[in-house]
Amino acid sequence: MSDQPFLQLTGISKHFAGARALENVDFACKRGSIHAVLGENGAGKSTLIKIIAGVLEPDSGAMFLEGQQVRFSNPAEANSAGVVCIFQELSLVPDLTVADNISLAAPPLKFGMIDRRAQYRFAEAVLARIKCEDVDPNALVKDLSLSRRQMVEIAKAVGKSPKLLILDEATSALTRKDVETVYGLLEDLRQDNVASLFISHRMNEVERLCDTLSVFRNGRHVETFTKGTKTDREIVRLMIGREVDAHFPPKPQAERTAPHLQFNDLSWEGRLKGASLSVGKGEIVGLGGLDGQGQKELMLALFGVLRGVEGTVKVGEKTGAPLSPAAAKREPRRICLVPEDRKTEGLMLPMSISDNLLAASYSRVSVGPFIDPALESEAVDAAIAKLQIKLGSPQDAVATLSGGNQQKVVIAKWLMTDPDVILLNDPTRGIDVGTKQEIYRLMRELADEGRAILFYSTDYAELIGCCDRVAIMYDGSIVAELAGAAINEEAIIGASLNLHASGPEAVS
Amino acid sequence: MTAMSALSTNMRQNRGLYGAVILLSIIYLIYNILHPRGFSSAVLIQNANESVAIVFVAMAQTIPVLLGGLDLSVGAVMTLAACIASVLVNGSPLQIVFGMVVTLAAGTAFGLCNGLIVVYGRIQPIIATLATGAIAIGLALFIRPKPGGDIDGDLNWALTNSLWDFVETYGLFDPDAPWFAPVAWIPVPLLIILVFGVCVWLPFRRTVLGRTIYAIGSAEGAAFMSGLPINRAKVAAFTLGGFFASCGGLYLAIQTASGNADITQAGAYTLNSIAAVVLGGTSLLGGMGGAIGSLIGALILRVISFYFRILSIDPLLQPLVEGIVLLAAVSLGAFRVLRVKNRLELFR
Repeated sequence: MSDQPFLQLTGISKHFAGARALENVDFACKRGSIHAVLGENGAGKSTLIKIIAGVLEPDSGAMFLEGQQVRFSNPAEANSAGVVCIFQELSLVPDLTVADNISLAAPPLKFGMIDRRAQYRFAEAVLARIKCEDVDPNALVKDLSLSRRQMVEIAKAVGKSPKLLILDEATSALTRKDVETVYGLLEDLRQDNVASLFISHRMNEVERLCDTLSVFRNGRHVETFTKGTKTDREIVRLMIGREVDAHFPPKPQAERTAPHLQFNDLSWEGRLKGASLSVGKGEIVGLGGLDGQGQKELMLALFGVLRGVEGTVKVGEKTGAPLSPAAAKREPRRICLVPEDRKTEGLMLPMSISDNLLAASYSRVSVGPFIDPALESEAVDAAIAKLQIKLGSPQDAVATLSGGNQQKVVIAKWLMTDPDVILLNDPTRGIDVGTKQEIYRLMRELADEGRAILFYSTDYAELIGCCDRVAIMYDGSIVAELAGAAINEEAIIGASLNLHASGPEAVS
Repeated sequence: MTAMSALSTNMRQNRGLYGAVILLSIIYLIYNILHPRGFSSAVLIQNANESVAIVFVAMAQTIPVLLGGLDLSVGAVMTLAACIASVLVNGSPLQIVFGMVVTLAAGTAFGLCNGLIVVYGRIQPIIATLATGAIAIGLALFIRPKPGGDIDGDLNWALTNSLWDFVETYGLFDPDAPWFAPVAWIPVPLLIILVFGVCVWLPFRRTVLGRTIYAIGSAEGAAFMSGLPINRAKVAAFTLGGFFASCGGLYLAIQTASGNADITQAGAYTLNSIAAVVLGGTSLLGGMGGAIGSLIGALILRVISFYFRILSIDPLLQPLVEGIVLLAAVSLGAFRVLRVKNRLELFR
């Protein structure tokens, strides 16, 4: 191969309603390489890949593929040129089967009709390639867990035999095992001379996988360099333009407080099997374990979403699980839940930031049946200031915000209800380093104010850095509770695999 | 393993359809038991004749509903087609065939226009078709200001009776041939419904365009991101809807041997088509269901109205009873809500 880049962008600019998303960007990537694109949220990474994948058209600038100038007006054109993107927001159709989805746009045909058998075999082959034989090609996508859907999404992209594969936070919802599979797949694709663009907030992923790194900041391409020529610290400095010191706020001296949230022997539909735990006021308790061991169901049960939950729940003096989210958020329990999927369960995307912030606490800004505009704007301004949400106007649709700021809106919405118990379901998934750190600090502040926090995270570093205690779930129950110095990666992984009997060395 | 999983997915995707089939079987069985001349070919022929138009209109409605829209012009397009047919479907055999082709082409073209307006005019289907439906009625009134018309008598007889009569009318072969006897009793209208349902809808569902319609109704953003032909699929959906509606109109004209630009009737057909779609298990949110379900749903609606004749219920009570039965039938589908243990799933 010559040194000519596969994809080259020159002078690309894109503006949204006056705000600059990309400014005069030059960018290139080669075949047979895994190229990381780094930057804080709002740095322009998403806009860049949307332009490459044909979702957006640039205001100015040119794009070249193997030296030929190209212009994609929709994702279909990009796909046919060999540019395939795995988006952060899943592009799967829930009411169709896995096999239908994998060959959605170009299924095998027989007499002009879709050849179901061939489609099934193709899906089987592609799923086998990414070691997802456990996914039934005939299953409906809506019946799959988030991590399985993400793998189907990857299968769908691989099935298109891309020349340039773009992964936008594609590993954020995956289990560890799947992440390894995806790493292996990317290595294979590199051997096959495919170009991969890899967007991730996880530095260790980037370190391990990528050979070239590009940093974006404020809509500009700051620098591209080969892996190993810069230290982590230098890279972070390039990303945010300043140095970051401590990742996590300091933990206070461990002192056990009286339990505020307690649950015993919680069971539901075979997904929860006798889970028991207590969380004291002022305590951050981490919830860990492999993906899909009942962590999500546990939070939903405590928040009154699930029907038919068995076991006892006690919040303060009040016994019994709440019967609905409306009951959960009210006195005397005052529970809130920051859900896993902010786009469907956390936010009403087309509604304004202000409406979203107030959604859980309209009664606090109402006089009789009417919402008081003065109280409303006062409350909204206070929430925006408290979480430092970066926005144009509170009346803009919440969909216009970046991922990190959307998550802040979800958190702020619940803080307005002045909750005693805060349930956080992976709140830092897919958001940038800066916002993550703000969320860590906020969690500690909230705990110091005497709230009980239960914090599920897929990132071990967060559990280690943020939590006073960590409870590990395995197959629907809590199998280990770690505290103090016992909270370390080895112990967490060991407990997650439920291997404590055989010792941690069996894990590695 | 493969076959089992395919079957279970099929059951999950078509739960509403199977429910509707069971409901129809039960109420039609009871109807025949109560009917003095039940289980006879004559009753079946009469019932089938009276069902064809609504079945076609319900199938026409299904396709826009699968997109997540509604087509308020289906009844009007059916009426327009009936009026065109009442003018053209007579004379020499060639003229008759020509008249039928023109009728179907006109309805299909009307559906195509609906699709183009929705896609390129970027107008919501419900309001676009409200307007075009009024236009269709206007055209129908222009063609046939007063009820009447002329339909070929042989055609009327052949298509509204049993297969035996069809063969006999056109002298195709000896209708009393022993090999023909087992099927000779089948009503032609029933055959028409089945042929169109099975030979038009089922293959269409398995094309890329057909699947794109489901994908749009299920998650339009995902469909776009996957590079599916969204605009073409939407236009195709309304076009096929227009075709089915004109089939209904053509049959109605042949059956009644006349055309009538009746605004009230057009409206009633449109609303009943929506009821039939829901009864047949198609989600009004789009993405789930199919025209075969609507076919069954329309038959359920018709059978309910047949009951009024044999039970001598006051005709004034008919709308009231129909409404209650419809509500009850649709509620059956809502039972799943009681079984859902994770209430978040209710909102998906």
